[in-house]
Amino acid sequence: MSENLVDIHNEKLSFFTPAGEVKALNDVSLYVRPGEILGIVGESGSGKSVTAYSLMGLTAHPGRLTGGDIYFNSHHINRMTEKEMRRIRGNEVSIIFQDPMTSLNPVYTIGNQIREVILLHTKRTKKQANERACELLRLVGINEPEKRMKQYPHEFSGGMRQRVMIAIALACEPKLLIADEPTTALDVTIQAQILELMMSLKEKLDMSIIIITHDLGVVAGMCDRIAVMYAGKVVECGTTDEIFYQPSHEYTKGLLRSIPNLYEREHKKLVPIQGLPVDLLDLPEGCPFATRCPNCMKVCMKHMPEYTYLNDSHYSACWLLDKEKFMKKQRGALT
Amino acid sequence: MEDKKLVEVQHLKEYFPVKGERPFERKYVKAVDDISFYIRKGETFGLVGESGCGKTTAGRTILRLYEPTSGKIFYDGKDITHVNMLPYRRKMQIVFQDPYASLDPRMTVGDIIGEAIDIHHLATNAKERRDRIVELLSLVGLNTEHANRYPHEFSGGQRQRVGIARALAVDPEFIVCDEPVSALDVSIQAQVVNMFEELQERLGLTYLFIAHNLSVVKHISSRIGVMYLGKMMELADSYELTFHSVHPYTRSLISAIPIADPKAARAAHRIVLKGDVPSPVDPPSGCRFRTRCPYADELCAAEEPDWREVSPGHFAACHHLDRVKDEKPVTD
Repeated sequence: MSENLVDIHNEKLSFFTPAGEVKALNDVSLYVRPGEILGIVGESGSGKSVTAYSLMGLTAHPGRLTGGDIYFNSHHINRMTEKEMRRIRGNEVSIIFQDPMTSLNPVYTIGNQIREVILLHTKRTKKQANERACELLRLVGINEPEKRMKQYPHEFSGGMRQRVMIAIALACEPKLLIADEPTTALDVTIQAQILELMMSLKEKLDMSIIIITHDLGVVAGMCDRIAVMYAGKVVECGTTDEIFYQPSHEYTKGLLRSIPNLYEREHKKLVPIQGLPVDLLDLPEGCPFATRCPNCMKVCMKHMPEYTYLNDSHYSACWLLDKEKFMKKQRGALT
Repeated sequence: MEDKKLVEVQHLKEYFPVKGERPFERKYVKAVDDISFYIRKGETFGLVGESGCGKTTAGRTILRLYEPTSGKIFYDGKDITHVNMLPYRRKMQIVFQDPYASLDPRMTVGDIIGEAIDIHHLATNAKERRDRIVELLSLVGLNTEHANRYPHEFSGGQRQRVGIARALAVDPEFIVCDEPVSALDVSIQAQVVNMFEELQERLGLTYLFIAHNLSVVKHISSRIGVMYLGKMMELADSYELTFHSVHPYTRSLISAIPIADPKAARAAHRIVLKGDVPSPVDPPSGCRFRTRCPYADELCAAEEPDWREVSPGHFAACHHLDRVKDEKPVTD
């Protein structure tokens, strides 16, 4: 276990809202190895952001961890106090958010915001911090950093702001960078720039990246491994090739079938996933995907499938993959 | 598909006034700057480009939701640039991008759809109106009981269906689809895209499909126009555009799209454009794309390239088409 940078075991997290308990995460288990890029894909509400935020101890009120353990770099995250957490946050693990327009403070200069992180976490003087900030801006491909440091966020374009966010996140050379939909708000040509920058920085700084996205194209080009989430559960996890070429969960297959392929020579009809996403206030007893699954069986409605390991890296939670366990449960469900 | 032009725009311009840097200085955002194209009856014409390229403005100006600065708009052979639009509103409709903002939260779905029926007096009594609403709801895959609910009770995909039902309420011939699937999740996106296609087959609709996602546009459109900073860069049959694009901007746009296929993504030869899209208030001289173009030279700065037909039905505006042509296409 210790060789993994991140280890999440059976994490359960709920938001206790006036309308009831919203079960955002139901038994999430994940790991990230040092130096790898893990992609978390899923639709809105599948819990991909919540998982990443809880790793940084950033669960918003009224959310609460209701079970499970989170380990990061041998820290036991869910047992740490806020004070201890602050030392790690921004230092060993950093995050870039989806919207570069709102995640920078409009009333402080860019230089000020980068310096803040450096002064907080390292023993540098203000002058050294300034130099470091310039160096960081140069690293993320911003020209004339000395001049740009004195500017405010509104003077930067969307892509440039995301570069500044990356510079802030990398200020203390974290071991893990969490990128929460880093390019969703950007145009495709700018998206290509940012993704390329992230890849090259990963090589330079030898860190791990968790990239959260709903775009299967983004993960295909970048990630070593992919976790597919649905209704607060990792339904399938494997290497990028395994997920794309040997998908084993019906949800993953459905997702892959429902995206149009630009390079397709003939016009084929898209095959959408039928139905609507589940209501997290009222989760079904069995597999959450059962109602939308084309191969739904009786056992799926009653019992949550366990993970079946197809090989060392590839596992998936579907009854169809595990005949033996399925027969046992099916008999149980019938009697 | 018939060979009749249903909608045509000629040298369409749409400028929005903005404040200049000095007091009393008037500047213009040239959102759409001299574009011409036509849409055949029964076809889907796709319009792609990055944010700020003017694709939405073009769509809205065609419907005369904005008054064009200059240029001409034709519908079914008639010049509609300066006429009273009311009779044409029955024939031309729009589906908006954001299904959360484009439906009145205080109206029931039935009334949202029924409003158009009332305005155009399409129902003589209450029963007829109700029947028509039920028919429209079933057409877009919603139930009868949904008519009494409010927009907040629906998910994004369902709301977009309501928006489509509203557009269909007046039996239009032509619909401008302004980023209709961008706000939706992937699995829901496919449902809505399929529905657009089915409705087109059943009702013989003509679409102007505006989106920034070239994969979706290519999937649904028969011809595609690529816009950059208010200008049309390239226009061709959708197959031709994806596999034999000649304009450097189209090529880089195609190569920037992440491919959902790991092996192809690793093998792909990617052109990453430098820099950002310049401001449409002060667009670069000559060719608008020259500041980011890998082929740009003095000619591009001095002169604006002509809109040339490179092969039948395939147009592009670039000085260096011959040089670009020799390079390996991205999609090999």
